[in-house]
Amino acid sequence: MVGVASEAGEAEDAVRRRVDARPWLRALAAAFPLTVPILTSFAFVGFSYGVYVRALGFPPVYPLAMATVIFGGSLEFLVAGMLGGAFAPLTTFVVALAVQARHLFYGIAMLDRYRDTGWMRPFLIFGMCDETFSVLCSAEPPAGVDRRWFMFWVTLLDYLYWALSALAGGVVGGLLPFDTEGISFVMTALFVVILLERLLSEGDVVPALVGAAASVACLAAFGPDGFMLPALAASSVVLMALRGRLGSGAEKDGAPAGSSDGGAPAAGERDGR
Amino acid sequence: MTVAEQVATILLAAAATMATRFLPFAAFGGRRETPGIVTYLGRVLPGAIFAILVAYCLRDVDLVAAPHGAPELLAVAVVVVLHLWRRNTLLSIAGGTIAYMLLVQLAFA
Repeated sequence: MVGVASEAGEAEDAVRRRVDARPWLRALAAAFPLTVPILTSFAFVGFSYGVYVRALGFPPVYPLAMATVIFGGSLEFLVAGMLGGAFAPLTTFVVALAVQARHLFYGIAMLDRYRDTGWMRPFLIFGMCDETFSVLCSAEPPAGVDRRWFMFWVTLLDYLYWALSALAGGVVGGLLPFDTEGISFVMTALFVVILLERLLSEGDVVPALVGAAASVACLAAFGPDGFMLPALAASSVVLMALRGRLGSGAEKDGAPAGSSDGGAPAAGERDGR
Repeated sequence: MTVAEQVATILLAAAATMATRFLPFAAFGGRRETPGIVTYLGRVLPGAIFAILVAYCLRDVDLVAAPHGAPELLAVAVVVVLHLWRRNTLLSIAGGTIAYMLLVQLAFA
């Protein structure tokens, strides 16, 4: 891992020689700047998530536990809401699969990049949220930086940002000097923004209409507590039937890069996954 | 839910998440070819799923009784307008949430 760049000055060479003994450190220095936008958005959404879970009546360990174990923002919001209701393991699992299904495509896109990553590989896959994916599927580390350590740090930093923000929200949520009634709307707003982004950048008008129509029909038929699974099933069936019309010419690549949960540009403002 | 059921719910959600993250690496060890139908669903399903998730968030809104869902509709409108205006995710979420909190705590208290 000796530096490739030869244009660097003497002083920089000295630094490089010192850092080269510790490739992980150099990779950390290269990874951190790329994660700063994610730090900003996770600090906000993760903190709001913690406040929201606290407002539901759970102690701070709940947002921390969900952030570290599930590590998927949209789903964490949904699960927090479910914890107050009746135990519904099947719905929980199927809804979780549906909400997280997009990760299948991230994985396919990252098959090659995560090859030969040794002991880091399980962690890299575990921690591949929308934001981490969006950085790692595009960014190449600077010359001379160990690619595996670089990917490791981006993944770990994002993970820590999210977990610590959720914990902070859970702790501070009980101390806020104002009424947090209505904080639950942060989840609604998050999904509205994601949906809008899908409409604006992916042109998902028909799928969104199908989902909306299925929701209205299934709300009427099954009521608010049981509408989600039928709505998901009905949408899948209708979209499969529309494949001839929607599918032509657009089945180009299996990895919808950037069409993550947030839909926003990788380096720009992001929501929680 | 009991605490045990809450733990089970969280673990189920985590298991489903990890299934979606690890499956490609387990299934497509070397090949990158994915069936066309999978690619198609991967492209069109998210749009439907997020529409359903918005409906899920609003599922308990009562349009018949006062205030007829006004706080929710107004706050969603704030999110949409802010997002179309600035296209800044954080601004849209923060603005909509603050608007909703003000609406339910002050205007429709």
